[in-house]
Parts: sequence; C-alpha cells; structure tokens
Amino acid sequence: MEWHLFLDYIPKLLLGVPITLGLLAGALVLGVTLGAGLCYMRTTKVPVLGWIATGYISLFRGTPLLVQLFAIYFGLGQFEIIRESFAWPLLREAWFCAFLTLGLNSAAFTSEIIRGGLLGLEKGQLEAAKAFGFSNWNNLRFIILPQLLRISIPSYSNEIILVLKGTSLASTISLLEITGLAKKLASKNFTPFEAFISAGIVYLVIVFVLTFLMRQLERRLEH
Amino acid sequence: MIELFSFGDAGWGDELARGLATTLILAVVCFATGTLIGLMLMLLRRRGRFSRMLVELYVTVLRGVPELLVIYLFFFGTGIFVRNVAASFGYTDYINLSGFFLAALALTCITAAYSAEVFRGAARSIPTGQAEAARAFGFTPVKTFRLIELPQLLVVALPGLGNIWLILLKDTALVSLTSVAELMRQSSVAAGATFRPFTFYAVAALIYFIISMLSERAVLLAERRVAIVEKS
Repeated sequence: MEWHLFLDYIPKLLLGVPITLGLLAGALVLGVTLGAGLCYMRTTKVPVLGWIATGYISLFRGTPLLVQLFAIYFGLGQFEIIRESFAWPLLREAWFCAFLTLGLNSAAFTSEIIRGGLLGLEKGQLEAAKAFGFSNWNNLRFIILPQLLRISIPSYSNEIILVLKGTSLASTISLLEITGLAKKLASKNFTPFEAFISAGIVYLVIVFVLTFLMRQLERRLEH
Repeated sequence: MIELFSFGDAGWGDELARGLATTLILAVVCFATGTLIGLMLMLLRRRGRFSRMLVELYVTVLRGVPELLVIYLFFFGTGIFVRNVAASFGYTDYINLSGFFLAALALTCITAAYSAEVFRGAARSIPTGQAEAARAFGFTPVKTFRLIELPQLLVVALPGLGNIWLILLKDTALVSLTSVAELMRQSSVAAGATFRPFTFYAVAALIYFIISMLSERAVLLAERRVAIVEKS
C-alpha cells in the first residue's frame, strides 16, 4: 500500500463529487414527485390506477438497478419510435439515463415510504380538520405534510443513502463520477487498492454529512 | 422472437439458464456465509468496548460505501494483495483467483454487515431476564445462546433476513461488471450479439422479478408458520 497515493487520489476524486451530488439531487426530486403521484394513484377510487402504481412499485423494487439502467440506456435505442422521437437527444445521453433510472427507481421506494407515513397518521385528525372547515389543500398543507415529514424522515434518510450508493452505477455507462474516476485511476496506475479505498473515504464523508444534515432536520421538526 | 431464447446454438436460452443458475448459487452461498458471519459479528459486539467499536466501524463502512465499489475493490485489489503476501513468503508464481470466488467474497462481506444490524435489532427484543434465568439454572453461555436466544432471534430476524436476501439477489447483478457469467452478464453478452438490448434486459428483469416475488411469498409463508408455532 502506497500511503501518499491517498493524498494524491482524494483531491482527484473530489472532481467527481459534483456529478454524484447532481445525480443524487435530481433523482431525489424526481423520486419524491413521482413517488407522491404513485401514492396518490393507489389511494384513488379508480382501481386501474392503483394496479398500475402497485405493478410499477413492485417491478422497480424487485429488479436490480443495473438491469433498469442498462434497459434504459442501451435498450431504448432498439425501438425506432424512440430513436425518432423528440426525447432521443436526451435519452441517448448517459447522464440523463442515469438521472432518469435513479429517479424512477427511487420513486418506487419513496412512494412506499410516503404510504407508510400516511398509515401512521390518525384518521380522527383529518375528520376533525374537515369538521373545522379545512379545505383539502389546507388539510394537506397544515395537518398531513408536517406530520408526514416528521414520521418519514428516518426512512427517507435511508433512501437518500441508497440513491447515493446507486449513483455509483452511473460509472458503468461512462459517467466520470466518484466511482468512474476511481476506476480510471485504478487501471491507469494499476493501484486498485489506493484508488477504491480513497473513493470509499469520499463516499463515507458524504454519507456522514448527509446523515448529520438529516438528523438536524429531524431535530428541527420535533419542536 | 421465440428462437432468440431457444436452447442450443441458435438461441440464448441455455446461456441464460446457466447464468440464472450461477446467480442463484452465488446468492445462496453468500446469503449462508454472510448471515453466519453477521451472527458472529453480533456476538462479537458483546465482547467489550473495543470489539464493539470494531464491529460498528465495519458495519458503518460496508453500509456507507457503494456495493459496486466493494466489488471492484475485491475483484481488482485482492489479486495484487494475495500475490504480494505470497511473494513475501517467497512464492512468486502467478496466482489466479477465480472471479466467482472474489465476487462471492465481496457480497459475503456486504451481507455480513447488513445482517449484523438485523441480528442486533432482533437481539434487543429478547428480554435480558431470560439469559439471567438460564444462568441461574446453570446453563453455560453457549447453551443459553443455542437453546434460548437463537431460536427466538431467528423468528424476530426473519423479515429483516428476507429483506437482506432480496437486496443480495439484486446485488448479484453488479458482479456481471467483473465478467462473472451470471444472469446479467449473459444478458449483456446476448444483448450485444443480437442487437436486441432491450429484449434481453427486459427478460433478465423479468427473471429477477419472478425470483423476487417467489422469495417474498416464501418469506411471508415462513413468517406465518413461525407465528403459529409461537402461539401454540
């Protein structure tokens, strides 16, 4: 083990952090939006919407992220309709496919977290709010969301870490985020140990920072 | 379309089936060894502050670092490591470690970290009074663990272990990037050879999906069975 290489590699790997965090942020936003939509679909009275949402969720939770990523990045080009569509300039970009896959995947997990949080709410509160003449919007804004946030934060913190780890798969479709850079350094200088352990240190620091921030948020919401 | 998946030279059916077998063997082996080590890690935690810190460090690192990175580290790093160690003993012939072995090693380490956490949570649900009572009856610590703690532990840990199995099953797909010929790897090869990437990745996804669904069902059945035993 060449210890000085860590000092050399870690700054180089930091160059990949913006891509990793960008993918993470994008995927989380898409995941929450779509996840809330999926959760709404399951609660409506239209059965077909519920089936679609349930099918989507178990499909994305029951298959490897790598398969999803490859199916979207390498797979979609198989269809002429997609190659000729307006979306193709985006869908052939590696960063867009990584963002899309991570977001679609996270949506399935996030919708389960939201559903779990909603189950934790007391029914009586909503009825009371309705009796006080709260509109649906106000009900959501003042009664459901604040409690939902508080209940869901621990499990959502987990989801954030899972998506962060998922971003490493972007390296397999040529994106030079942290893992991609580490792989390049490892093979260029034939120093896999130093390169991958340096990358591990960078990821751990990000995990600690994110966990710390989420815990602060959790504490903030408790009061 | 159908002939793409036929068995024999023309289709990819047999390649995919062999890949599936490798995936299942890999998952089962790593689950068995990983949960066993996880159980040992949980027991190691109790042996004083130093070992607890060591186990906590291991679990935090392995859970915080992307699985892909761990697999790369083992796959690309272990060969050099083993050769260096062998060289320091004066053995200079080229040592070739099988990709399957290294992949299994990486997935085992990851599974051990996750299951150590599951067992820790499960162990907390067992009242300490039971162990004290066992000691009062003259049970040795080993006997207490084997006869009193372990059976309850496994029941409580069952849902968590089921989750770990599902995560592990999906993580085996990452091993394809190190050219171990499991299901995902075979699908990639077929996708490249036939120019039908979506078809093959969709089929791979479907196979993983079916195994996941069957496993989920099996875990539910097991949970129900154990619950009945508990009641009677």
